[in-house]
Amino acid sequence: MTAPTAEVEDASANWAKARAGVGDKIFAGTALAAGCVILAALAGVFIFLAIKGASGFTKPAEVYGPHAESFLGYVVPLLIGTFTASIIALIIAVPLAFGIALVISHYAPRWVAAPVAYVIDLLAAVPSVVYGLWGAFFLAKQLVPMHVWLHENLGPIPLVGNLFGEPNPAGRSVLTAGIVLAIMILPIITAITREVFSRTPRLHEEAALALGATRWEMVRMTVFPYARSGMVSAVMLGLGRALGETMAVTMVLSVGFDLSWNIIATSSPTSIAANIALKYKERSADLLNVLVATGLVLFLMTFLVNFIARWIVGRSERRMAR
Amino acid sequence: MTTLEEVQTRVHVPLVQPRLPRQAPGIVGVIAIAFGGLLLVLGTGLVGSVIIGAIAFLVVLPVWSLVIEGRRGATDRLMTGLIWTSFGIAVVPLVSLIWRVISKGAGRIDGTFLSYSFFKTQIDQPVGVYHAIIGTLLITLGAAIISVPVGVMAAIYLVEYGKGNKLAKAITFLVDVMTGIPSIVAGLFAFALFTLIFGPAYVSGIGGSVALSLLMIPIVVRATEEMLMLVPDDLREAAYALGTPKWKTIVRIVLPTALGGILTGVTLAISRVIGETAPLLLIAGATDRTNMNLFDGAMTTLPVLIYGQNLRGDAPAEAIAWGAAFILIVIVMVLNLAARIIGKIFAPKKG
Repeated sequence: MTAPTAEVEDASANWAKARAGVGDKIFAGTALAAGCVILAALAGVFIFLAIKGASGFTKPAEVYGPHAESFLGYVVPLLIGTFTASIIALIIAVPLAFGIALVISHYAPRWVAAPVAYVIDLLAAVPSVVYGLWGAFFLAKQLVPMHVWLHENLGPIPLVGNLFGEPNPAGRSVLTAGIVLAIMILPIITAITREVFSRTPRLHEEAALALGATRWEMVRMTVFPYARSGMVSAVMLGLGRALGETMAVTMVLSVGFDLSWNIIATSSPTSIAANIALKYKERSADLLNVLVATGLVLFLMTFLVNFIARWIVGRSERRMAR
Repeated sequence: MTTLEEVQTRVHVPLVQPRLPRQAPGIVGVIAIAFGGLLLVLGTGLVGSVIIGAIAFLVVLPVWSLVIEGRRGATDRLMTGLIWTSFGIAVVPLVSLIWRVISKGAGRIDGTFLSYSFFKTQIDQPVGVYHAIIGTLLITLGAAIISVPVGVMAAIYLVEYGKGNKLAKAITFLVDVMTGIPSIVAGLFAFALFTLIFGPAYVSGIGGSVALSLLMIPIVVRATEEMLMLVPDDLREAAYALGTPKWKTIVRIVLPTALGGILTGVTLAISRVIGETAPLLLIAGATDRTNMNLFDGAMTTLPVLIYGQNLRGDAPAEAIAWGAAFILIVIVMVLNLAARIIGKIFAPKKG
């Protein structure tokens, strides 16, 4: 009696394996391969940029053009341009984004919050080139009076005045580019902070209110401490976006090589991404290598910023899970 | 007698802090608007009056509150005002941008604009953006064909097979990091890849598709992953209990259940990459002719065309740029709307 049962079990196990085995193996293999394609793509970005750009780091001096003699001399002004525009964008976008996130998560009633969130998502959906077009043809002109005002009123102040030197007559300054960038990174910062704000435990909030806290005190004492790491990483992700954004800077900024503190200047160094978009057309092999090399620098920089941001998010998620 | 008076005065100690009347923000708001309106009439510009009106509101209400409610109440009023103001500030550029694109672009749209390319066979032939619309659709389609299978399969691996092993964790993390790759770097990658293989000065639509798919894959993976995780385990276990192999369970049970969410995610991903400019500048080039072949020759897309017209900068070029921007915005908005409708249609029915 025992032998046939064992045989049947054995057979059924074999049957299941035989029927399912092949299909399952193929399917699992395809899925695994797709996952590996993603890893390979990311590695490929680095490898191909490195192959193409390696020679760009050590070209003869004349390749780096009239304003620089070495790769370092070429890339440092671009780095400064990239960071100036990005930091201006962050200074404008971060308080706004936190405010909007609070409106959506805590201040507005639900029937207001949903459309507000939708409007902010719309901001993210507008293509960057349209922002560039709007910034170049419309916003820059509108900001000319502000440039003049900043120069006249803040220019004479020592130290701060350095930022507001001779203004650009067309408004095509780093400041304008930074404002356009700020609008573009606003949605991502808002989306992430909104998410972490709304995860604040309800009991913390109610405890604060029950102790007589005003709404702002409740936000300051319960929401912000709980969401701190999420807020930091949202800012980092916004920074990553701003560093790599091409079109807004390319189309708005009037490019030059004057290294100065003046953020409303007539000609300021452009960003790495914008420089690539502006120069790629020359299609001289040497310059292309240099451009790819600067692209590699940009890639590593944004990778690092995003890596740190995601790491902070992941760490805080693990801490909350515990 | 005196004791009774004392008691009566003691009873008057208020148990609650004095509060402003409920209508206080409204009253101050009306005053601020009236003040701004007065400035507008007196000749301050529109922007200036609005700013001064907002500042007046942000000063008057907290000061009033400071007098009656005390410092804490005033801080609360001020922060509430600032937080709502931040939302107002964010809406201004969006409204301005949409209004600009519609007012400048909508008028340019007509039959010839949509059906002619830049390539002129006669000297007085009208120009249009037909070639760019075709280019945009083909390149984005190419990107979708590459990234949807890869993205969906990778998400299946992460949710169904990987389940928390080291490789899956690494992929999840790197996909998150990948969402932050600058688009120009994706373009450089495609450029480096294709020029290394096919020699320098290579341009084609498919290169653009590859660059865009690098940007699209992470979005597809994230959306699909989230949807697959929402599929209840009961469904999978019921299928296993009936002896269905795992792959068939995934194909016949899990994927159809999550289909709506996946389609929504894919549509949103497409709407994100369809407006990309920088990578296509580098690898897909620009041309005046209509090119239907993804694998050969330069291909213009709407964003690249807008950028090119912006560089030219003269009045007809600017008009064409706004017209193209209008078409692009309409496409993106339609895709967003489609994503929402798809999500509604395929949403799992309750009950």
